[in-house]
Amino acid sequence: MLKLEKVDVSYGSIKALHGISLEVKTGEIVALIGANGAGKSTTLRTISGLLKPSNKDSKVIFKDEYIHGIREGGRKYECMPPYRIVEMGLSHVPEGRHVFPLMTVYENLLMGAHSRKGKPGESDFDRVYHHFPRLKERIKQMAGTLSGGEQQMVAMGRALMASPSLLILDEPSMGLAPMLVEEIFHIIEDINVAGTTILLVEQNAHLALEISNRAYVLETGTVVLEGQAQDLAKNEAIRKSYLGE
Amino acid sequence: MALKKLLNNWIVQVLLFLSILGLTAFGSQIINDITPPYILMIGLFIGINLIMALGLNLITGVTGQLTLGHAAFMSIGAYASAIATVNYDIPFLLGVLIGGLVAGLVGIIIGFPTLRLTGDYLAIATLGFAEIVRVQFTNMKITNGAIGFLGIEGSTTFPIVMTIAVTVVFAMVWLENSRNGRAMLAIREDEVASSAVGINTTLYKIQAFAIGAFCAGVGGALFAHTTTFIQPTDFGFLKSIDILSIVVLGGLGSIPGTIIGAIVLTAAPEVLRPLSNYRMMVYGLLLVVIMIFRPYGLMGGVNLRQAVRRAIMWPKKKQPGRGE
Repeated sequence: MLKLEKVDVSYGSIKALHGISLEVKTGEIVALIGANGAGKSTTLRTISGLLKPSNKDSKVIFKDEYIHGIREGGRKYECMPPYRIVEMGLSHVPEGRHVFPLMTVYENLLMGAHSRKGKPGESDFDRVYHHFPRLKERIKQMAGTLSGGEQQMVAMGRALMASPSLLILDEPSMGLAPMLVEEIFHIIEDINVAGTTILLVEQNAHLALEISNRAYVLETGTVVLEGQAQDLAKNEAIRKSYLGE
Repeated sequence: MALKKLLNNWIVQVLLFLSILGLTAFGSQIINDITPPYILMIGLFIGINLIMALGLNLITGVTGQLTLGHAAFMSIGAYASAIATVNYDIPFLLGVLIGGLVAGLVGIIIGFPTLRLTGDYLAIATLGFAEIVRVQFTNMKITNGAIGFLGIEGSTTFPIVMTIAVTVVFAMVWLENSRNGRAMLAIREDEVASSAVGINTTLYKIQAFAIGAFCAGVGGALFAHTTTFIQPTDFGFLKSIDILSIVVLGGLGSIPGTIIGAIVLTAAPEVLRPLSNYRMMVYGLLLVVIMIFRPYGLMGGVNLRQAVRRAIMWPKKKQPGRGE
């Protein structure tokens, strides 16, 4: 469904990603794990079009269409703007939640459906409320007044309103109480079961490996390890560096 | 609830708009006939400032893009309409429309390069643009340079200004509650999140800029046909700040606030006229005091619907545990 090939990304003169290649297949949960500064968020931001690759031979392909890259028969390196990528069915929940603080929960969800033509129906809202029953109780509350966990739910619910086929989540557990983290991860599994492919960036490698099918380990902007999640969870090096054993 | 549902129907909205528009036209005609010219003139300038301030409110208040070049769009509208009516004998109202359209078009052209900037940087860029426009008008032949453009007919009347102002108010309310308006609000709230949910941020920023510039152009055209004489110094940096003050003092993003701001800030210098030399000092003091006591503007942070509901509910609600 999603494929990255040899992607470099730079912030000015500082290179953050060195030739990242990875793949997400339909129906999977794929995790990106790694230490701070490994380039996990940068990878996601490149996929959703907020950043652009710096090398011309890189490719980012989503559903057989080029997000970044030189199209077949074409000569120019082209980058899709973020809104087009959302229209194609790829939703990004940015790190640090980024809800619209002065809008109500309902309005936040409504904004999530912006990329779709026409008004979102009841069924779209119901699908979100099904995953996040707590949001239904708070539809009229300003999103900025919610707790961190609820804001994370708003951000995820908002992304779901676009009916994405691929949902990319950047650190959904950031700054949340352990119990809430468990809850959020259960919901992520539910969303996946309901038919959405998920690409996940997570500091909490333990939990991430538990729910995902496959995982990539990033270190200073390169993929150093990849494989089935269970295998990685048993890997000696991983256990030492990321699982704290 | 029934009322709310009724108000959501677009036919009802159109009827409501038309009836209020008719009422305004009729009412302002009567006011026009019985009010002394001096007071009428103040009312007229309130209307013009309101039209321009609503435009700026859309750019700065709703979409969150701080610009300091609103007077430039005003001057473009003023000169374009003046040239149209004087040099080409185009009817006044069509001239006003031309003024707005030309200003809006320039807004789009200027918007593309400048709206990549944000915050303070955008403010400085628009400031620079405004200076370029002013200097340009000072040196052009068709605008009669620094001497000023003479012989514009004084066609602007109180009813015309009020009718246009009410139309702009309605258009802004409608826009704010539309899909586009929500997207603009979202950009102010959080630009990263806006692009993440699939909002074409550049498109909506330019849209806001164009509509705001159009309003400024219409205001400028009405201004030109009120004073009958315009010169580049009428549209300096201070004029931009005057309009910005209206928006900030009223409450960024609030339409009722902008209306109140336009009334207060346009009328204040006239009301304070008896103070002669101390007038502008007191005016400045007024600004300072308002911003201290209402830091988010007069109507900032006030949910009008809630406030009205509370005002209606007030006598019925008993406060438990107090007295009696």
